[in-house]
Amino acid sequence: MAHGAGGKATRRLVDGLFAPLLLGGAGTGLGDAALVELGGGPIAITTDGFVVTPVRFPGGSIGELAVNGTVNDLAVGGARPVAMVVSFLLEAGLSTEVLEAEVRAMARAARAAGIAIVGGDTKVVEHGKTDLMYVTTTGIGRPLPGVTINPRSARPGDRVLLSGPIGDHGITILLARGELDLEAGLRSDTRSVFPMVEALVAAAAPGLRWMRDPTRGGVATSLNELALDCGLAIHLAEDRIPVRDEVRGACELLGLDPLHIANEGQFLAVVAAEEADAALDALRSVPGGEEAAEIGEIHEEPASAVLVTTRYGGTRIIDMLVGDPLPRIC
Amino acid sequence: MKFVDEFRDPEVITRTAEEIRRLADPGRHYRLMEVCGGHTHAIYRFGLKDILPPNIELIHGPGCPVCVLPMGRIDDGLELGRRPEVIFTAFGDMMRVPGAHGSPLEHKAAGMDVRIVYSPTDALKLARAHPDRHVMFFAIGFETTAPSTALTLMRAKAEGLRNFSVFCNHVTIIPAIRAILDSPDMRLNAFIGPGHVSTVIGCRPYQWIARDEGKPIVVSGFEPLDLLQSIVMLLRQLAEGRSEVENQYTRVVPWEGNRAALAALAEVFQLRPYFEWRGLGFISQSALRIREEYAAWDAERVFDMAGVRVTDPKAAQCGEVLKGVLKPVQCKLFGKECTPERPVGALMVSSEGSCAAYYNYEHRKAAASLPVLV
Amino acid sequence: MCLAIPGKIVELSPDLPHLAVVEVTGVRRRVDLGLLADDLPGVGDWVLIHVGFAMSRISEHDAEEQMRVLRILGEDQAAMEEVRGYGLGEKEPT
Repeated sequence: MAHGAGGKATRRLVDGLFAPLLLGGAGTGLGDAALVELGGGPIAITTDGFVVTPVRFPGGSIGELAVNGTVNDLAVGGARPVAMVVSFLLEAGLSTEVLEAEVRAMARAARAAGIAIVGGDTKVVEHGKTDLMYVTTTGIGRPLPGVTINPRSARPGDRVLLSGPIGDHGITILLARGELDLEAGLRSDTRSVFPMVEALVAAAAPGLRWMRDPTRGGVATSLNELALDCGLAIHLAEDRIPVRDEVRGACELLGLDPLHIANEGQFLAVVAAEEADAALDALRSVPGGEEAAEIGEIHEEPASAVLVTTRYGGTRIIDMLVGDPLPRIC
Repeated sequence: MKFVDEFRDPEVITRTAEEIRRLADPGRHYRLMEVCGGHTHAIYRFGLKDILPPNIELIHGPGCPVCVLPMGRIDDGLELGRRPEVIFTAFGDMMRVPGAHGSPLEHKAAGMDVRIVYSPTDALKLARAHPDRHVMFFAIGFETTAPSTALTLMRAKAEGLRNFSVFCNHVTIIPAIRAILDSPDMRLNAFIGPGHVSTVIGCRPYQWIARDEGKPIVVSGFEPLDLLQSIVMLLRQLAEGRSEVENQYTRVVPWEGNRAALAALAEVFQLRPYFEWRGLGFISQSALRIREEYAAWDAERVFDMAGVRVTDPKAAQCGEVLKGVLKPVQCKLFGKECTPERPVGALMVSSEGSCAAYYNYEHRKAAASLPVLV
Repeated sequence: MCLAIPGKIVELSPDLPHLAVVEVTGVRRRVDLGLLADDLPGVGDWVLIHVGFAMSRISEHDAEEQMRVLRILGEDQAAMEEVRGYGLGEKEPT
C-alpha cells in the first residue's frame, strides 16, 4: 500500500479519514504529539507503529526504532519524554532469542534515552501474517516550558535548521534487505534527539516555531507538510544539506534523492532569524549535533511549496514522496 | 565523487552559461531536442533551464523506454506474474507503470510475487536460489541496457538454467529519432545526442541526421557541464552553418562503440519487423526479440502470451508530447485526470517522462507565477 | 536507459575474471565486466556502471582534457572582460 510510505497518500488518509472522525475535524497542524489537559498541567501524548524488514540491521533493530521513534515524536512536540507502553504483534513460531534480543535492545535504548517503559502487551498471530514482529507504542511526556509548536507561526525570514546528515537510516535498510547487492559501511542513525531539542529550546525557545523528525518520506515530506500547513514557501540551498558520501554514492547508483529517504535520528526546526545563530550553536554543542546546519529559509512565494536551489542558481520544486522511493535505471 | 564533481563545478558552469548567452543570436529562437530521458532528468534536477537564455528551448524527446512501452505489454507481463510459480522481476522504473488493471506495485500489494532488481544478473541469481520457481525478467531499455540482458541470457544458457526467462521489450533509438524527424509538425534545429546508448552503438549511427537531415547532433554526457558544453558546441555549429556529429562525452563514448556489447546483441537478439511504441504507433525494425537459439529463455515462447493490445484513452496525448509537438501542459488530461499519483500515461509515471518532470518542476512554479523558461 | 555512474575497480576475483568489485564513494557492488572483455580493466581503473555491468572505461586523460578546455573557455572570458574594461573604444570581438 502506498499509504504507509509517509508521503502524499498517508497525508490523504490522515486528513480525509482519521482527522475528521477522530479529532473532531481538527485536522490541521497535525504534529507528532498531542497535548492533553489532565488537571495539574498538560501532558504530551503520542502513538506510533513500527514495521521494518529486516528486524535487525546495522546500527539498530525494530526495538530501538520503537523506543527512539516514540521519544523523538515527544521531543519534536516540545516535550520531555517520561514514559511509554509497548505492544507487540508476534508471528507464531518467532524464536525466543529474537524476541529476547529485541526486548533487551528496547531496554537499553530506553535507558539511554531517559524514558521508562512502564507496561506492555503481546499478541501472537498466525505464521505468515506478520514479518516476524510489529511493535506499537504510546508515549507520554511533559511539555517543556516556554515552547509553542505551531506551524502557522512561521514567518518569511525564519530559518530552517537540520540536526545532521540525512539518508543514513533509509539507505541502510535498503542495503540490509540484500536485494540490491550493494555494500556500504552505513548504519541507521536511530537515536534520541531529545538532548539536541532540549539545548535548542534552552537557547531559542521564543523564536522556535516548529519541529519535526523526518522519518518516512524524508526531509522533503516533512517540509512539504509544513509548507501546506503554513501556506508559505520553504527555500532550501542544496549544498548546505549535509549528506554522507556513502549515502550520496548509493543514491547516485540507485537514482534516489536523499531528501526522500527516511531518517531515525534527526530533526528539523524552524527558528526566527534573530535566534537562528544561537539555535545552531546550541545544536552543535551537543555530542552528535556537530553536523547540524542551517539549510534554508521561509519565504512568501511560491505558496505551500518547497524549492531547492542548486549550486548554479537553478531551482527545482521538491515534492512529497509518492509511494516508496524506488531505485531507477533510467 | 570523481568524474562527477568536476563536471558540477559552479564557477565553470557559470562561465559556460555566459558563453552560451554570448553565442546565442538574440534574433533567433533555438529548438534543441534531447532525445534521452536521462538528459531530461538531469536538466530538471540541476535546474539548467534557469541558466539558459530564454531563446533556447529544450524539447524532450522519446528516449524514455518506460514511456514508450504500450500498456498491453505490461498487462502481458503481469498476466505471467499471476502464475503462482512465477517471480516477476523488473527494474524500479517499471513498478508504478499502470497496466489496464493496475501497476506491478499494485499487483504486489495484492499478493503477486513482484521483486525489484537492479541488474538482470540479480534476476538470474534469484533463479539459481529458487529452483522450484520460475523467474521472469521484464526487460526494458534501449541499446544501453540490451547488451546486459544479452550477456545474462548467454550466462543462463551456458549454465543450462531452465527456470529463467526474459520478456524482451528492448527498443532501439535510431528509428525513434527518424520518427521524430518524419513528423510534419517538427521544427527542430539540432539534437543533444544520447550519451549512454552511444557507449554501445558509437557515434556513426547518427551521421544521417547531420548529413541527410542537416541537423547538428552532439553526443552529450549527463553532468551539468556536459550538457552546457554540448549546447555550446551545437550553437557554434549552427552559427557556422555546419551540421556534423560531434562527441562531447569523449571520456566515456568511443566513436566506434563497444564491439563486445554489439557482438552480444547480435548473438542473442534480432530486430522485430515492427513494434508498437506508445504514442508513436508501429515503427518497423525498432525493437529486439530473442533469437531462436535462445528460445528456451524467451518468455514469449516459453509461455502462451495473450498479446494484449490496449489503446490509450483518446484524450491522452502522449504521442504528441513524446514527439515534442505539444508541451505536457497542453494535453487535456495534464494535471487533472493525469498526475504523478494517478498517471494515465507513462510520461507521467517515469521520473524522466516529460509530463512528470514538467509537473514536478515547472507546473507548480507556473502556478505560483514564478518565471518559467520553457 | 541512462543512469550510469563512474566507479573505481577495487577488487578482482582470480577465479571469476568477469566479476569485479567497484566502489562509488564508499559504496561497493559487484559489477560484471563481460562487456569489456576485449580490454579488461584492472584494479584502480575507472568504469561506467549501468545495471550492474561496466559499459565503458573512463578515460582520465579525456576527462582532464575536457576540464582544461572548459577552464580555458572561462579564462578567455575573463581576459575579454578585462580588456573591455580598459575602455579602449574598440568594437566587441565576435
